[in-house]
Amino acid sequence: MGIRERLSGNEAAAIAMKQINPDVVAAFPITPSTEIPQYFSTFVNNGTVDTEFVAVESEHSAMTACIGAESAGARAMTATSANGLSLMWEMIYIASSLRLPIVMSLVNRAVSGPLNIHNDHSDAMGVRDSGWIMLFSENNQEAYDNLLMAHKIAEHKDVLLPLMVCQDGFITSHSIENIELLEDETVKAFVGTYKPEHYLLNRMEPIAIGPLDLQAYLFEHKYQQSVAMKNAKKVILDVAKEFEELTGRKYSFFEEYKLEDAEIAIVCMNSTAGTTKYVVDNLREKGIKAGLLKLRVFRPFPAEEIAKALSGLKAVAILDKADSLNSAGGALFEDVTSAMYVNKYQVTMCNYIYGIGGRDVSARDIESVYTDLQKIVSDGNLDNPYRYLGLREN
Amino acid sequence: MAYNLKEVIAEKPSRFTSGHRMCAGCGAPVVGRMVLRALKKEDHAVISCATGCMEVSTFIYPYTSWTDSFIHTAFECAAANSAGAEAAYKSLKRQGKLPEDEHTKFITFGGDGGTYDIGLQSLSGAMERGHDMVYVCYDNGAYMNTGIQRSSATPKFADTTTTPAGTVIPGKMQARKDLSKIMVGHHIPYVAQTAPLSNFKDLYEKSEKAIYTEGPAFLNVLAPCPRGWGYPTDMLMDIIKLAVETCYWPLYEVIDGKYKINYKPKNKLPIEEFLKPQRRFKHMFKPGNEWMIEEFQKEVDSRWQELLDLEEITNRELNAE
Repeated sequence: MGIRERLSGNEAAAIAMKQINPDVVAAFPITPSTEIPQYFSTFVNNGTVDTEFVAVESEHSAMTACIGAESAGARAMTATSANGLSLMWEMIYIASSLRLPIVMSLVNRAVSGPLNIHNDHSDAMGVRDSGWIMLFSENNQEAYDNLLMAHKIAEHKDVLLPLMVCQDGFITSHSIENIELLEDETVKAFVGTYKPEHYLLNRMEPIAIGPLDLQAYLFEHKYQQSVAMKNAKKVILDVAKEFEELTGRKYSFFEEYKLEDAEIAIVCMNSTAGTTKYVVDNLREKGIKAGLLKLRVFRPFPAEEIAKALSGLKAVAILDKADSLNSAGGALFEDVTSAMYVNKYQVTMCNYIYGIGGRDVSARDIESVYTDLQKIVSDGNLDNPYRYLGLREN
Repeated sequence: MAYNLKEVIAEKPSRFTSGHRMCAGCGAPVVGRMVLRALKKEDHAVISCATGCMEVSTFIYPYTSWTDSFIHTAFECAAANSAGAEAAYKSLKRQGKLPEDEHTKFITFGGDGGTYDIGLQSLSGAMERGHDMVYVCYDNGAYMNTGIQRSSATPKFADTTTTPAGTVIPGKMQARKDLSKIMVGHHIPYVAQTAPLSNFKDLYEKSEKAIYTEGPAFLNVLAPCPRGWGYPTDMLMDIIKLAVETCYWPLYEVIDGKYKINYKPKNKLPIEEFLKPQRRFKHMFKPGNEWMIEEFQKEVDSRWQELLDLEEITNRELNAE
């Protein structure tokens, strides 16, 4: 049933979009996601998809046009990176507040400044409280699979939230890997057709979207978004189960890699998880009980589940590929440690800011983190929880 | 066109209902209502509106004045909202997901702030891409919603809250941007400058043309603001008439690049007639400030002459072919 291919992460995303066959795609080129609308334009101009492609004049208009299209009753998609997402920022919040299940492929890149085109997660972290569901992908296969699951999650009546699928710029977006694709027809059947309940083009029920929403109502409307985000947790798992039945590929909130009996572990997202798995395997051969928690679902944040999964460890390092510049650790670190505290688990945890602006993260770097963790355990002391990995100090 | 506007109005109920909170004597709701009147009765409309007076006064949750489908998102992107909705319409129609014999029209409203300034990029993009939509700028010549700050549509010397008529700098020192001409530069099929004047014929007919011309169309509509301009609320229609009779706001349209001036006053009134009733120009009438009125008059004259020339040139070229 599956089709074996060799594709880059961007190609995988574009193929997923082709198979989803959305009604509208609005996008503006930005490295490293540029190839996605490029490949997709070829599908449009060769008649492979039914999509209306809107080659907008900016990312702000890309997200605005997606909002217009999705409100009108269409399935709308886009792709962007870094400053493109920054320019969309205003509309990102509006998209989720209007409860529009727009799907975005976010190819993670450092947000300026100064200008840098390489990978880190500062773009994604800048919208982490915007009310979008955020899925992270270790490799091309996951970028593809996450996109195929995206609409079923976002469009679910208990959810109705926009969703972004993240993957690491260049590291996966431009690397060609083996991938298993589904048949077009299988995807079509799995994703299903979009049937919005209320939409602008329904002349039988004209609607007004985007009011001035004052003190008497805004609070309740924001709360509804919060409830939807909570509801998304169950839907994400249900869709993953359905996907597993179809493909045999298992997804959840996160992947626990040799975590069950581990004493020390790393928590990270996207491609670094691949490197970490390799290191974990090597350490295990040496008898070191190392493990990994690879987070897939960053929003909604599965706090309770993460806390439980990490509760039996002796020391954990949380890797943030974006610095929050707040002198108190990165965003993932804050979320994980808060989850531990609230769920009453006391595990020693430290934070590493790493890979900023595409700084290479080698197996040796990851190994050094496990060495640090071993020392923390043996010393029974953590002198500084806020650390940097791969930072040149002179 | 042989029709009786009174009959049209009687036959077509207003698609922009009363109960909104626009000020008395404001031009914008008059513009909105009349533009929508030009829709065929059987056609549905998706209306996009930029943040501004018109949006915040007509759609305060849970009430709306709009009987058609309506969307507002932010200040600078009303055109992109329409573009997205229009793209959805095109796509769904093509796929047979919408009835073939039913039509939806896409109309966008923005003030001069959301159009001349912060929304110019989004407007330019949508016009250039050729979406089948109409963009209506209700031009009141300043950021009225936030409290009368200057815009690039504000006329020279006007007293605004960011260009106050001071003792050293007497109001706004820059001339008005000519947005209609910028839109003509996009080579779209229909651009018109109009105003809700006397019997509304000019506005109604241009709205109809704009809505039913295939492709992008742009209407620049003068919409005076009693608070920002400083005229008595019952003077709205008089102020508009004076803007037209002085050639401060010429009525013209550009169809496929060909200029047509719709009204040429037999006796062009001096600009003082337009300036005098407005508080924002009061300082221009102080002794010693005669030069300001002279300069304003020169600007109006040169722009009017330019328009006359453009009409001649664009029609001459066409005849020569």
